[in-house]
Amino acid sequence: MLSFILKRLFIIIPMALLVITLTWALIRIAPGSFYSGEKQLPPAIEENIKKKYGLDKPWYSQYLLMLGNVTCRTLAEGEVTKNGLQFSIGQTTVKCFDFGDSLKYQGQSVNEIIRRHLPYSVTLGILAYLLALVIGLAAGIIAALKQNSPLDYGSMALAMLGLSLPNFVLGPILVLVFALGLHWLPPARWGNLSNVILPVITLAAIYMAYIARLTRAGMLEVMRSDYIRTARAKGLNETTVLLKHGLRGGIIPVVSFTGPALAGLLAGTVVVEKVFAIPGLGNIFIQAVLNRDEPLILGIVAFLSILIMIFNLAVDISYGFLDPRIRYE
Amino acid sequence: MTNHNGTILTVNDLKTYFQTEDGIVKAVDGISFQLQKGETLGIVGESGSGKSVTNLSVMRLIPEPPGKIVNGDIIFDGIDVRELAIDEVRKIRGKRMAMIFQDPMTSLNPFLRISSQLMEVTRLHLGHNKKQAYDHAIKMLKTVGISDAEERIDSYPHEFSGGMRQRVMIAMALSCDPELLIADEPTTALDVTIQAQILELIKDLKARMGTSVILITHDLGVVAGMTEKIIVMYAGKVFEQAPTRELFATPANPYTKGLLKSVPDPAHEQGKELYQIPGLPPDVAHLPPGCPFAERCGYVQEICRTEYPPFIQINEDHHSLCHFAREVYAESVQERQAK
Ligand SMILES: Nc1ncnc2c1ncn2[C@@H]1O[C@H](COP(=O)(O)OP(=O)(O)O)[C@@H](O)[C@H]1O
Ligand SMILES: [Mg+2]
Repeated sequence: MLSFILKRLFIIIPMALLVITLTWALIRIAPGSFYSGEKQLPPAIEENIKKKYGLDKPWYSQYLLMLGNVTCRTLAEGEVTKNGLQFSIGQTTVKCFDFGDSLKYQGQSVNEIIRRHLPYSVTLGILAYLLALVIGLAAGIIAALKQNSPLDYGSMALAMLGLSLPNFVLGPILVLVFALGLHWLPPARWGNLSNVILPVITLAAIYMAYIARLTRAGMLEVMRSDYIRTARAKGLNETTVLLKHGLRGGIIPVVSFTGPALAGLLAGTVVVEKVFAIPGLGNIFIQAVLNRDEPLILGIVAFLSILIMIFNLAVDISYGFLDPRIRYE
Repeated sequence: MTNHNGTILTVNDLKTYFQTEDGIVKAVDGISFQLQKGETLGIVGESGSGKSVTNLSVMRLIPEPPGKIVNGDIIFDGIDVRELAIDEVRKIRGKRMAMIFQDPMTSLNPFLRISSQLMEVTRLHLGHNKKQAYDHAIKMLKTVGISDAEERIDSYPHEFSGGMRQRVMIAMALSCDPELLIADEPTTALDVTIQAQILELIKDLKARMGTSVILITHDLGVVAGMTEKIIVMYAGKVFEQAPTRELFATPANPYTKGLLKSVPDPAHEQGKELYQIPGLPPDVAHLPPGCPFAERCGYVQEICRTEYPPFIQINEDHHSLCHFAREVYAESVQERQAK
């Protein structure tokens, strides 16, 4: 088990490097750059800036420099920077995970920007995740139990709707109805709990719907299985049969979905934060892309991809707790 | 209610139908039998003949919909099971009548420890506390021949072999010392050597605990040494019914004769291909007007295709559903004497 976790953690390193490399390359290949904006800089100044960020060097030197910064490298003689994680071994100082300064937000490091804006996205993401899980599971179980009843048809119709409405449509509709129409909730921005409700529902809807459908299908499948018949033959009541014998097997498909769901939630925050004007990581990411703020793009992509990989590992581990037949090798 | 005649189970004209897209499947269509206390009844028939549905009906375990018991009486120790509220049925299930199933690989819950699956039965029906239930579970595992029960009780089903799992199923079924044990093809999914062990175990436990047993199988060879009487099922109907000895010696139905011929005989030459009744069982959703076995029968006459056969009494406890039951019986007696 432990060796499985270590092995998987270890694999994250080359995967992350690959993601970083591809992102870096894509930014380079795409035409234009941070400096090709509307404001034309005097050539001398542009030269200076390029020199400062090492953009005058050939691409492979730039690549190696970037790689050294975002992983680990020793500080050069006389180099002063507060960025990244720094520690000393004897005379030499080592610096790790430094994504540099943002090009747009002068004097602010990428790490600092991520740290500042992450809490908004995490709050949205976790709340949406919990909402999707709780409502999705409950609706799925009830639908399966009352198969072909109005309750079943009703919740599945709602799920179908949730699946087919993209969040950039659902968000504005919710705002129109509950904020601008009924004045129950604020239409946008960050503040107290009432600000969170609409964006969280917008973000969660599609996953709620998907989890409800997965749960229903999983439960229906399991409740037909031989061991459920055995449980009934023992004289157990339906609640015990369902919760003690059925649920574990029934929600395994849902667990498999939680990995992709997280990735989707993170991507979803990009849109939802934009719709609701929330200063989270997603919103910053859009800005970074529009600004061609290379270090910031790289930092956010690297951070999110590592987050997703760690979460997928957590999902794989949780299988083992659900299903004793799974062996980690 | 105590009973005077020592009958534990009476099934009378049971009909269980399934509503399917293909029409109404008459899975069980007028089955009757009686089981005395301490007796073992064999139910034999090809796959799809309605053996499982008959016994699931007795336990009220038919999935509804699509299934429904549409007719008949099921009297268990004087209790009309069909009329019982489902909560009352649950008090009987697992306690007074228990069932073991064909596939021990899928019949135990893969997600729960053996201990948990065993303990929940006696905690429910016998009011055991955790400690009592745990000790009882170990005792039951030992009873079914798992000698290292203490070490293995907290394992998961996948850590057991097929034969061991079936032992666990039997331990579970017998936990509350039921009066009726229904074993639905308990050895079909197992290796031949394990089969013999499991059958021996059931026989032994039955003798010790005095349980009445219904043993379901598609293999007449399995029931030979195990049962007092046998009913042979085909297309949801009883085709023949007789004491075991008599059924083997002098069958009065062509279908039974076919089944007997297809029993593997270790005394016979090894390489010889096993006999199989020609053709396939009929679609019970669309039965022809005559005898459902007619198309596969070596004795078939014109009348078999047009008229439904009568249930002819041969001897006191021996009945056969066939237009020519007496002739077939006479032939069997002759063959018997010739040997
Ligand atoms: N849940 C069900 N839905 C529809 N048909 C069923 C169902 N269960 C059993 N049947 C039908 O009932 C008939 C008898 O099945 P079964 O009792 O399982 O046969 P056996 O146990 O003798 O092999 C079969 O034709 C089968 O297709
Ligand atoms: Mg069967």
